Amino acid sequence: MSKIIEGLKYSDTHEWVKVEGDIAIIGVTDFAQKEMGEITYVDCPDVDDEVEKGAEFGALESVKAASDLFSPVTGTVVEVNEAVVDDPKLVNDDAFENWIIKVQMSDVSELDALMDASAYKAFIKE
Amino acid sequence: MDGEIKKTCLYDRHVALGAQMSPFAGFDMPIQYAGITQEHLAVRNRVGMFDVSHMGEIFISGPDAERYINHIFTNNISGYKPGKILYGMMLYPNGGCVDDLLVYREFEPDHFLLVVNASNIEKDYDWMLKNCTGYDVRIDNQSDAWGQIAVQGPESEKTVLEVLALDCAKPLAFYEYCNAEYNGHRLIVSRSGYTGEDGFELYATLQDTVEIWDRLLKAGVQPCGLGCRDTLRFEAGLPLYGDELSEDITPIEAGLGIFCKLDKAEFIGRESLVAQKELGVEKKLVGIEIFDRAIPRHGYPVELEDGTQIGEVTTGYHSISLDKSICFALVKPQYAALDTELFIRIRKKVFPGKVIKKRFYETKYKK
Repeated sequence: MSKIIEGLKYSDTHEWVKVEGDIAIIGVTDFAQKEMGEITYVDCPDVDDEVEKGAEFGALESVKAASDLFSPVTGTVVEVNEAVVDDPKLVNDDAFENWIIKVQMSDVSELDALMDASAYKAFIKE
Repeated sequence: MDGEIKKTCLYDRHVALGAQMSPFAGFDMPIQYAGITQEHLAVRNRVGMFDVSHMGEIFISGPDAERYINHIFTNNISGYKPGKILYGMMLYPNGGCVDDLLVYREFEPDHFLLVVNASNIEKDYDWMLKNCTGYDVRIDNQSDAWGQIAVQGPESEKTVLEVLALDCAKPLAFYEYCNAEYNGHRLIVSRSGYTGEDGFELYATLQDTVEIWDRLLKAGVQPCGLGCRDTLRFEAGLPLYGDELSEDITPIEAGLGIFCKLDKAEFIGRESLVAQKELGVEKKLVGIEIFDRAIPRHGYPVELEDGTQIGEVTTGYHSISLDKSICFALVKPQYAALDTELFIRIRKKVFPGKVIKKRFYETKYKK
């Protein structure tokens, strides 16, 4: 069973969002890291890059494949988790602890379209 | 393919071991058990085993068998002694590749075993039948009757001797095989593999394959999935049909010309290869290293500094044994020289790299 945390928002492309004011902290779900296997590389945008809801903002690479990361919100990257870039396996160790980017949202109402924990749990049908 | 996914004789074992299963070449195959890195390193450092029962076994016999195989096969089996194995390809007349395969010369005169890729069994068998007119041969596709386990790694000889008591394995050099008996059935002990390490491929009945697997597992041999089979073969510079060879890629383009004996009187595709040798090729397979941890994948563009695309990645990984991001790529031949500076586009970014030798990892075959 994959871990799912209450109080977070979830996308159908398996990103999670933790909201702190107008900042969205974005990572991938435990389900996603399990599907991918050992993560060996994190391809991240730079601080000040714009990201758009539903658009690719980077990728995670496992030994065998690359999986695109899609932004659940629109806004500006304000921070990149350098610890994860330096040691991608942290995402395998704890996908919720080890966020990937923080985005200053330009439209907080976009969050309404995301799933809550119980909807995401149903979505992955484990 | 009729859409029905096939299972090898070891399917239940994979499921019981908790393997991550995925369709490959029409079979539901284990991708990994413990993790690709762990399995890869087990093969490099100790010993691992792979279920490769999906591979195809086609037996060819008859008075014209040798002449027929030389007609459809790029390498030259004439003069090859019983117990020897030869690698080569079957080609279309235009030089494109039907498949790459192994030919085993059997101890019985005029008998051969051809081992082909799982994804190509039906296509190969049809090709063989289509091209046998005028040859007195029997072509027998026994793929469904044989299981196969590849035992690979520096401890593979010790393993087959101590765990399976296959004494005939010891004197074999790489690309030689012997016949053993197991439960009264034939067991083919082939010193060969697809990892760059010493190793054995054991062809047995389905039931015996399961028994052999269980004995190896009990002895502590690491089960290994197709995930690390690909990382291992890639590091060893070995091509995979579908990536480095295909109906659109000739062996000359793939750098496999040494397995094509153009001095043979004839074989299907020979004229096209001769022409390619004389006139040059449009693309050539190279190794490329990029100076970053980003990973070049199949299909990613290879570019010059000004953004002109000059080729495409065929396979790429962050190499587990070498800790470098490397790939095979097909590029225009003028950019194939060692140390040529090239760039690979990975999503939105472009990474500089250079052409390096295709055999990324030094193979350790038994001479």
